[in-house]
Amino acid sequence: MVPFSFAGHELMALPQGALYWPHRRALLVADLHLEKASWFARLGQMLPPYDSIATLSDLTVLQEATGAAEIWCLGDSFHDKFGCDRLPPRARNMLTALTARTRWTWITGNHDPGFADHCGGTIVEEAGVDGLLLRHEAQPGETRPELSGHFHPKLRLNVRGRKVSRRCFIATGSKIILPAFGSLTGGLDVTHPEIIRAIGGRAEALVPVSDRLLRFPVAA
Amino acid sequence: MVTGKAGTALPPVIADWFAEKGWAPRRHQLEMLAAARAGRNALLVAPTGAGKTLAGFLPTLVELTEAFTPSVRPEPVEGLSSPSSAEKKGKAGLRQAQPERNGGNGFEGLHTLYVSPLKALAIDIRRNLLAPIEEMGLPITVEARTGDTPSDRKARQRVRPPHILLTTPESLSLLLSHEGSAILFANLSTIVVDEVHAFAAGKRGDLLSLAMARLQKLSPGLRRVALSATVADPEAYQGWLAPDADIETVDVVRGDPGAKADIQIMLPADERIPWSGHSGRWATAQVMKEVEAHKTSLIFCNTRSLAELIFQDLWTVNERNLPIGIHHGSLSVEARRKVENAVADGRLRALVCTASLDLGVDWGDVDLVIQMGAPKGSSRLTQRIGRSNHRMDEPSEALIVPGNRFEYLEARAALDAIDTGELDPELFRPGALDVLAQHIMGLACAAPFVEEEMLAEVRSAAPYAGLSAQLFAQVLAYIESGGYALRAYDKFKRLTKGPDGLWRVSHPRFIQQHRMNAGIIVDAPLLDVKFRNGRKLGTVEDYFASTLSTGDTFYFSGLVLEVEKIDGTDLFVRATSKSARIPTYVGARMAMTTNLADRVRHFLFERDQWPRFPDDVQYWLRVQERRSTLPAPDQLLVETFPHEGRHYMVIYSFEGWNAHQSLGMLITRRMETMGLKPLGFVSNDYALACYGLEPITDPAALLSSDILEHEFVEWVQGSNLLKRAFREVAVIGGLVERHHPGRKKSGKQVTFSTDLIYDVLRRYEPDHLLLRAAWEDARQRMTDVGRLARLLDRAADTMLHVALERVSPMAVPVLVIIGRERVATGTADDALLIEAESLAAEAMRLD
Repeated sequence: MVPFSFAGHELMALPQGALYWPHRRALLVADLHLEKASWFARLGQMLPPYDSIATLSDLTVLQEATGAAEIWCLGDSFHDKFGCDRLPPRARNMLTALTARTRWTWITGNHDPGFADHCGGTIVEEAGVDGLLLRHEAQPGETRPELSGHFHPKLRLNVRGRKVSRRCFIATGSKIILPAFGSLTGGLDVTHPEIIRAIGGRAEALVPVSDRLLRFPVAA
Repeated sequence: MVTGKAGTALPPVIADWFAEKGWAPRRHQLEMLAAARAGRNALLVAPTGAGKTLAGFLPTLVELTEAFTPSVRPEPVEGLSSPSSAEKKGKAGLRQAQPERNGGNGFEGLHTLYVSPLKALAIDIRRNLLAPIEEMGLPITVEARTGDTPSDRKARQRVRPPHILLTTPESLSLLLSHEGSAILFANLSTIVVDEVHAFAAGKRGDLLSLAMARLQKLSPGLRRVALSATVADPEAYQGWLAPDADIETVDVVRGDPGAKADIQIMLPADERIPWSGHSGRWATAQVMKEVEAHKTSLIFCNTRSLAELIFQDLWTVNERNLPIGIHHGSLSVEARRKVENAVADGRLRALVCTASLDLGVDWGDVDLVIQMGAPKGSSRLTQRIGRSNHRMDEPSEALIVPGNRFEYLEARAALDAIDTGELDPELFRPGALDVLAQHIMGLACAAPFVEEEMLAEVRSAAPYAGLSAQLFAQVLAYIESGGYALRAYDKFKRLTKGPDGLWRVSHPRFIQQHRMNAGIIVDAPLLDVKFRNGRKLGTVEDYFASTLSTGDTFYFSGLVLEVEKIDGTDLFVRATSKSARIPTYVGARMAMTTNLADRVRHFLFERDQWPRFPDDVQYWLRVQERRSTLPAPDQLLVETFPHEGRHYMVIYSFEGWNAHQSLGMLITRRMETMGLKPLGFVSNDYALACYGLEPITDPAALLSSDILEHEFVEWVQGSNLLKRAFREVAVIGGLVERHHPGRKKSGKQVTFSTDLIYDVLRRYEPDHLLLRAAWEDARQRMTDVGRLARLLDRAADTMLHVALERVSPMAVPVLVIIGRERVATGTADDALLIEAESLAAEAMRLD
């Protein structure tokens, strides 16, 4: 894990697609989209009902590895507002255990506004934490340093004829957009006009690999 | 009435029509009629241009004519209102064909279904069939039904069907998902399957086989007929066609062989065949001369990329500005129809094409077929050559342009195979489970069903004859709610088993959903290639498009195009005159067939064959013999030698590119664990070369057959092969909805990737039905594991290792190929990303 600095804070981008904030012992994740599979199942596409279990066990592993005391979910934590009601027992137990041993905050997103929380944690619309603004969707006019999710950024490259595609962070001096953490969440190319519009100006795609943080310029 | 052998008498109106045309019915056409009179299923095996289509339809025309003619062969009157009154006497062999009659007042309802693998063919057949029907003045109605048929006509066809309906396997399958299908098909007399050799052994064949099982149930008197090009093993097709795979119920009718084709191998004017290459591009000028000397030439290329390249090459030497066109599967339908019509009207002098023309509409005026590169199989070559000169009594003219010395031998082998009438083996395999799931969902849309009856019906389709009750139950559970061990979706069931024991669809919206998504062909994600004005040129695969940026140029549709912008699923382009590259297509490559491979092996060893080859090929073999060795046909030659600081191992296995690629992946993995420091491998249809930093002294250790147990599973699971296969089975099996073209992704991601589903499923339910289906596809189609196993078996007993001090003549063709694979280690993607980052940093440095 290589730290990088952002608006005077030291942060670490983890290869699993989460951000760790050592000073606060906080873990930030975006777009879990829990119960995405069952949302589609209701409409006849019977996706494997294991997506929440996969996402939450990955998160549990990260929490244990980092010893995080705080977890911030930057919105679209559930694929829809009834997602929490549908969590299978195993996933529900994992989530309840996590919210019990950390300070857990749900920031709501466009997918899960007004969801009924049966598993603990606090629900807020957005949060200011030590001078950093945490919200679901980046606001183009925002001047304060801001961390958000929503866009599921992904870097697609062709290197020597091979296609490599990775979830990535995208950052400027005052904004970071986190990749989606959910096991069934797809990605949007970092060069997509909507991402460029949201991030504004010159940006870098950040790709953590085992012991390095790779930076790729993204044309604005 | 014209009389002939028993059961081959033609009604006067048809006999007169033949006479007016100055024709006589051909022997095999009358034999098909006799089979029909006897109520027998029939398989017609005949070369292209033998009048197969008429042979297929003649019994139908005769039966319908008689139904409209009161005096002929009176039969008991049976009204349409009692559909179940059709005879149900069991086995087709003993059945008497008795179409529904109105005492000479005609036939009402659907009499004959014609199924073709190509939409265009169905439509073209209609045109060709209408002419004789009109000329005979028969009140027989003929209509086509494909994906392009307007929905109001489709609805009308379900209520008031024509006598003869021309359709595709997919459209038939959809028709069977309608409630009314039981009535619609109740009196169906005959189903005619055209070009059966082209698709019976694949997933579309599975689908049609299941559809026939259903039709047989709806109309027990149904007679099955298939029309095939010449095939090596008619019995395999008899089995596929027959109810319960009972080949005794199918008569085989053979057409007369046509005149022998006049096939030459084109040699370079200076008598030297290139060492490398597989495209025959060296021959551009000579090919152009042939085009100039003929009326219309078809120039077949083995890949779409090659077709674009050859077209460009020809254009540069086309000094007389002859009209030349290009045709391949990625061009828009309009573009293809345009050149097809141009050929039909004699407006094109040459058409550069691919397998997209292996099937299709017959054109009379083609007088030369040129095969660029190796033919890969004798049946395919025969069928391609059959595209020229559609008169049975005149020889077709054809040229093969070998790309290198091995390809020369392969071309020679193909000609010998054609001379002795040897054809490529067909590989039938058990029916695919994703297809079965789609079919059963379709039938559930039509009516509730009983599980045991459905199983019996499915088993009567040959590809599913061996389906176990347990596996069938798994398929039902999968359709019901995904078939997961974690029963999370019980309240979302698509299919439910009621207290009455009947399975039925739980909600009408699932019926709608099924009809929107049914189908067997799953395209790779595609982008539309368009001009700014919206004119669509065709499609390129997402994979290729992702390598393009604004300003890049590529060859497409015979033009040089510059990328203006990529917007969602649209690739906007403008024409340019800059130099360009060739699009790549991921599709599986055709491998040389086993029978041609065997012949090439014999050529190497049997010196008495050599005088037939050009001098430089002979000299090449002689030097190989002196410097290394030439293996006996049953020996597996392995050479090892150092070259430019690397250590090479070349295996001359002749098992085709797909198997060699798979083996290359496996061997380099094993080299890695053995500390041989592999760097990469490269292969063609004939040989595989692996290379690394350490000398390989014991090839046997690398070629032991346990590689298929250890490295194979590990490799396939980690590779993209299985993900690609999974994507297809997930769409066909109805797990995910098809991506409908035109529906764009919004900025917010609304779709999901089947790769992610695959990852989650593999992690939590590795034995799931769809993973099993994906594995079967990966084994059979993508890795050619059967040939791989054969190769390794041979290696155990007959490997002949020759350690050389330098490269051998036979190794050259494979070593000079472009497209080497580098060895990928576990974190290869990371390594590539790190490399890309430093490149970007370098490029962006401002000093």
